[in-house]
Amino acid sequence: MSITVSLIFAILLSACGQAAQPTIKIGVNAELTGDIPKVGEGTKYAAELWLEDIKAAGGLEVGGKKYQVELIIEDNESKAESAVAANTKLITQDEVLVIVGPQASKQAVPAGEVANNYETPMISPWSTNPNTTKDRPWVFRACFLDPFQGPVVANFVTEEFGFTKAGVLYDVASDYPKGLAEFFKKAWEDLHGPGSVVAYESFTTKDTDFSAQLTKIKDAGAEFIFTPQYYNEVALIVKQAHQLGWDKPIVGSDSWGSSELIPLCGADCYGLFFSTHYAAAGATGKTKEFIDRYNAKYGYVPDDVGALTWDAFGLVQQAIQNCGKITGDVKTDRKCIRDALAQIKAYDGITGKMDFTQGNDPIKCAVIVKISDQGEFTFYKSVCP
Amino acid sequence: MAFFFQNVVNALQWGSFYALIALGYSMVYGVLMLFNFAHGDIFMTGAYIGFFVATLFVGLSASGILVLPNWLILILTILLSMFLTSFVGMLVERIAYRPLRGAPRASAAITGLMVGIILETGNLAILGARRQKFPELIVSQTYNIGDVSVTNTKIMIVLVSIGLMVALHQFVRRTKWGMAMRAMAYDFVVVPLMGVSINLIAALTFGLGSALASAAGILFGIAYPVLDPYMGILFGWKAFVAAILGGRGSILGAALAGFLLGFIEIFVATIFPSTLRDLIAYSIILIILTFRPHGFFGEPYSAQLRL
Repeated sequence: MSITVSLIFAILLSACGQAAQPTIKIGVNAELTGDIPKVGEGTKYAAELWLEDIKAAGGLEVGGKKYQVELIIEDNESKAESAVAANTKLITQDEVLVIVGPQASKQAVPAGEVANNYETPMISPWSTNPNTTKDRPWVFRACFLDPFQGPVVANFVTEEFGFTKAGVLYDVASDYPKGLAEFFKKAWEDLHGPGSVVAYESFTTKDTDFSAQLTKIKDAGAEFIFTPQYYNEVALIVKQAHQLGWDKPIVGSDSWGSSELIPLCGADCYGLFFSTHYAAAGATGKTKEFIDRYNAKYGYVPDDVGALTWDAFGLVQQAIQNCGKITGDVKTDRKCIRDALAQIKAYDGITGKMDFTQGNDPIKCAVIVKISDQGEFTFYKSVCP
Repeated sequence: MAFFFQNVVNALQWGSFYALIALGYSMVYGVLMLFNFAHGDIFMTGAYIGFFVATLFVGLSASGILVLPNWLILILTILLSMFLTSFVGMLVERIAYRPLRGAPRASAAITGLMVGIILETGNLAILGARRQKFPELIVSQTYNIGDVSVTNTKIMIVLVSIGLMVALHQFVRRTKWGMAMRAMAYDFVVVPLMGVSINLIAALTFGLGSALASAAGILFGIAYPVLDPYMGILFGWKAFVAAILGGRGSILGAALAGFLLGFIEIFVATIFPSTLRDLIAYSIILIILTFRPHGFFGEPYSAQLRL
């Protein structure tokens, strides 16, 4: 009898002891609905997988104490204004210590402004546009930048195919494709001289017919098309290009790397190349471990978004732990996490090594992926800065 | 020259979608004097219904229960989806518009917007945000005539669209139902006195318009196989512009204006930087409307339906 009572007391006490500890709240700003829902899904799944590990360990250990972690996932509907609203809510209402996301630059650029203004650390796993972190000490990212990715693609095509005339098709109303198209154009013209981008065609978000633009590109004598678009548009662009008799290469960027691309695009996309953050097929070590776990749990190979989100959470965890303690005062803790993030040196993530001591953008290698005839994203070559 | 003809081919395909959807706007306005702003979303619903019907047949065919050739699946998909979507249209009329008959026109217009949002978000809630890929029912074959590339799907889309428009015209001109529709368009008050049921004709009009939107949705799915819940919004607006440009209530006008819109959009994009496409295209249409405020075949206030 007395044993039972003391047991109950012990449990009650330990429960009380835990409740007294402040919970670590982490906000996730994800594209769950809207134009790129698969990106939001990858974010959510990777975040939940990370939380699973923390829960299994009985909490996140900071300075010898274990803290409970709570994830607050907000949908930004793949819209800039909703991403801003989601960040504002996470910061002011939920009082999160750090935010992971948004993923796409269209959302991450405006959302980063909010996080920076409220002095809350934010890390975007997937946003490659320079403006996301530019002049924003509180905003970080876990991937390489478009000023790096643009030349990577330009150099790759030059070396691989020996082409000199490029055609570009991009969405003028979205930060990511617009920025990357510009960086690519500049890199290409540096290599092959002015006028070597023979067609520089744009469209607007939600367009489905690209026949006029593709006809122009074809007519201008382009040897390949570079299209830094999201997977759902890629499926339409590639198919329409083929229907217009286009049989030359179409090259893409990291926004292609979604597991949804092949289901939507089918055989039209086989044999094409794109630059990205990691290649799932042929991965080894920790990367493979993550892929296998994710695949076993959710039934498909994770996209680069999932892998980068996993790394972003790893970085956040490291920063919180490096902080040494959680005071419970939101302002102090946020400041401490930001400073700890900025000091992370050579973090060994599943998408490569990351170092924030030179600024808020890590310097990482890019991977060129070739889509195989089975629709797999296979590693083709690695390009380092 | 090949460049020009290539764009003519592109524009014919693009315009046929506008034309088919514009017909639905035009008919409903002609008969009921009401703009059904949910029509773009009925186009989306029709595309999704087509997607499910096609997937069902493809699945049955693959599992050996009912082996059908793909062309037959396509015909069955179009017919069955048109039939099913017409019920969606009639349901919308029954639930959302009929109780508002006689209410201020603005109420009906706003109701249409709400129905549209319900259809979009309903789709989102049921199917989730994932994109659906329309099954490939016909293997796309590219034919090169000189430097002009034409695919079998493009030819089929344009022919089926024109066929449906002719069929609609015949229906309205040659059947008793069509006569009732025209009569109602002519005089809303006297027609019921002749023993014609307003409710029946209203439902029929909505049903026909929705069936055409469904056909447009399926053809759209064949040409642009990525479906999403919001695909009908912008498309619906533009088709609405075509309906106004053709003259409210005119079938011929809606069809012609739909194709014209396709041509303007495609050719503006080929001549100017494509960023300016909609800006210039819709400025041109605005100018046309300043000179012909009732559209090509529209007339002020009397005899709205020139079927």
